[in-house]
Amino acid sequence: MCLAVPGRVVNVVEGEGLGLRCGKVDFGGVLKEVCLAYTPEATVGDYVLVHVGFALSVVDETEAQKIFEVLREMQQLEELETPSEIGESSA
Amino acid sequence: MKFLDEYRDSTAAAQLSRSIRRITTRPWTLMEVCGGQTHTIVKSGLEDLLPPEITLVHGPGCPVCVTPVELIDRAIAIAARPETIFCSFGDMLRVPGSSKSLLDVKAAGGDVRIVYSPLDAVRLARTNLSREVVFFAVGFETTAPANAMAVWQAEREGIRNFSILVAHVLVPPAMEAILNSPNCRIHGFLAAGHVCTVMGWKEYEPISQRWHVPIVVTGFEPLDLLEGVQMAVAQLESGRAEVENQYRRAVRREGNRPAQERIAEVFEVAPRKWRGIGEIPLSGLRLRARYRAFDAEQRFEVGVGTVEEPSECIAGIVLQGLKKPFECPAFGTRCTPETPLGAPMVSSEGACAAYYLYGKRKHEGSKSELPGAAARG
Repeated sequence: MCLAVPGRVVNVVEGEGLGLRCGKVDFGGVLKEVCLAYTPEATVGDYVLVHVGFALSVVDETEAQKIFEVLREMQQLEELETPSEIGESSA
Repeated sequence: MKFLDEYRDSTAAAQLSRSIRRITTRPWTLMEVCGGQTHTIVKSGLEDLLPPEITLVHGPGCPVCVTPVELIDRAIAIAARPETIFCSFGDMLRVPGSSKSLLDVKAAGGDVRIVYSPLDAVRLARTNLSREVVFFAVGFETTAPANAMAVWQAEREGIRNFSILVAHVLVPPAMEAILNSPNCRIHGFLAAGHVCTVMGWKEYEPISQRWHVPIVVTGFEPLDLLEGVQMAVAQLESGRAEVENQYRRAVRREGNRPAQERIAEVFEVAPRKWRGIGEIPLSGLRLRARYRAFDAEQRFEVGVGTVEEPSECIAGIVLQGLKKPFECPAFGTRCTPETPLGAPMVSSEGACAAYYLYGKRKHEGSKSELPGAAARG
C-alpha cells in the first residue's frame, strides 16, 4: 500500500478558492491528475513521487545518479584489486 | 520508466552483491520494514544475491495485514447499510473478517467501490448527497497525508455525507515493539522509504541509539534494497549504529513539512491494536476532536465485539519476523490467496502472498548465485 510511483509533472493548476494545487503527471505515457498541495516546489518537468493521487516528494535528479557513481567507483576498485581474475571464471 | 528501470539493472545488482559479500564476515539478520520491499526482495530473488551469512526477515509494514479483524467487521457492517457507498483501496476487499469480507458484501448487493485516492471518495460524496460515503482509511504514514487532506477538504467544503473509518498505524512504535520482544533477533533495519518521504528520519535516531541498531532508510527497487543491505552490513561490521539514508533521491531528513502539518491538524496519536500482534501504545492515529464528525465509528453505531482469530494462522509471528511464511503448516495448502486464513496471504504487500506468488514455498537450503551475479571480472 505504501507504493509510490515517479512521474513527470506536465502541468500545474495553482489552488484557487477551495481548489487544491494539482496537475497532470505523466507515468510512462499514462496521464493522471495528481494533488500537488504537498509539493509546492514542484514545477513542470519535475519528477514527483506519487502515492494514492498525492505527490509526496520531488525526485532529486542529482541524488538519483549517486548510486551509479558509487557503482562506477566500485567497479574501478574491483578492477584494480583483481587483475588476475580478468577473463577467468570464478565461483 | 525513468527512476524505476535503471534501479532494476542486473549488472549493477551483481556488483552490489559482490560488494556485500566482500564486507560480510559474520551472520547478520536484517528486517525490511515495508511489505512493498518484501515483494521486491522475493520477486527479484534478492536473497539469492546475498551471502549465506545475511538473513532478511520480513517486517510488519503491511497495513492491510495489521488492520484488526474487529475493524474489518465494522467496515463490513457499515458497507452493508443501504444508504452507504463504501470506498476502499482494492487490497482491503478480500481480507477476511470474522465471517466474511467486503467482497462478499459487494457480491450480496452492497455498494462497495474501489477508489484510487481518498479524494475520489470526497468527489463521490459531493455528487451523491443523498448517500453516506465512507472511506476505509487504512495505512501507514505514507497514506496519512492523503487521508488527512480528504477530511480537511470535506470540512472546508461543508460536505456532511463523508466520513472515514480510521485504521492508521505508525512505523516507529512497531519497530520498538519488535526490538522490545525477548525473541528479537534483528541486528539492523531497512526502514520504509516512502514512510520517510513524509516523516523524514529524525524519529528513528533515538531508536537506533537506544537499541544500538543500524537503520537505513531504503527505497523499493532491487538496487535500492541491495544498497540498503550493503549500508546496514557496513555499519554492523564496523560496530556502528546510525540512521543512514539510502533513498537519497526521495527522502530528506526533515521529511515533507506541509504533509506533516496537515496530518497533525487532522489526526492525533492514539493506541492501536495490530492484527496478530495486539495493542501497541501510541502506535496509531485517530481523528482530532475537531474532525470527529467525520469519524465513521461515531456516525454509524455498529456493535462489534472482540473476535478470535483462526488458531492455525501464524500471521502475527510472521509479521514480527519470527517465522517465514513457509514455516506455517497451512501455507499453500489450507491457506492460499483464493482461500486465505490471514491477511498476509491476501494483500499485495503481505509476506505470505509474496512467497506464494513467486514460488518460494520452501527454504532452498543453500543459497545459489543467480546467473547475473556469477559473472565476475
